[in-house]
Amino acid sequence: MTAPPLRAALIAAAAGGVLGSLARFGLTEWFEVGTGFPWTGFAINVAGSALLAGLAGIAAVRRTPWLGVFLGTGVLGGFTTMSAASAETVVLLERDQDLTALLYAAGTLLAALVAVWLVDRWVGPAERAAAEDAGVDE
Amino acid sequence: MTALLVALGAAVGAPLRLLAARYLDHRGRAGTLAVNLLGSALLGWLVGHGVDGRPMALLGTGFCGAFTTYSAVAVQSVNRGGWRGFGYAVGTVLGCLAAAWAGYRIGT
Repeated sequence: MTAPPLRAALIAAAAGGVLGSLARFGLTEWFEVGTGFPWTGFAINVAGSALLAGLAGIAAVRRTPWLGVFLGTGVLGGFTTMSAASAETVVLLERDQDLTALLYAAGTLLAALVAVWLVDRWVGPAERAAAEDAGVDE
Repeated sequence: MTALLVALGAAVGAPLRLLAARYLDHRGRAGTLAVNLLGSALLGWLVGHGVDGRPMALLGTGFCGAFTTYSAVAVQSVNRGGWRGFGYAVGTVLGCLAAAWAGYRIGT
């Protein structure tokens, strides 16, 4: 299975990105961002990373090129965000909440990596490789 | 209205990230790294210069949020495996933090 042609991929990424970003926006509106540990951003990035790894375990995603781009690059790429994680850490540092900043930056990364690693055990290497060829995390 | 601006920014940011990944990621994930650094610098700038309301919804929450990605970094890192994979993830997070801080501070 190869990645979808560019035009289809761009449309799938845009449509998915809109949905994922709206979900992220909704969550940050619902759980108002306070001045402590940014739990909403932490949960979004860790859960989104685990879900992206899990997409490889879904046969339909491996079989349907645009679906992987829509759900992976689009929905989960738009849902998770490196820029907000970085900017929130900078704001914590500027407020002299150095320990919270360190816990947030390191904690999000470690939790996301462990979550992906655990999901990968369940998915299996062959499915993982097939999903990569289909452009899931493009 | 705010949600519409978030959607509009995301509709531009996400496909741009796909373009960067498709044409640059064969060089050691250079595309994903580039969008994450650029997006973090831009969001840092927006936050540091007090941008809020509708411009922030469009450019920050929508565009930068969808242009950058955490999930792809985590998955790419684990797939690469070993210390190289871990180094890629740590390097991305530290680099993006530095980029966001530079954007936050520049011109203030």
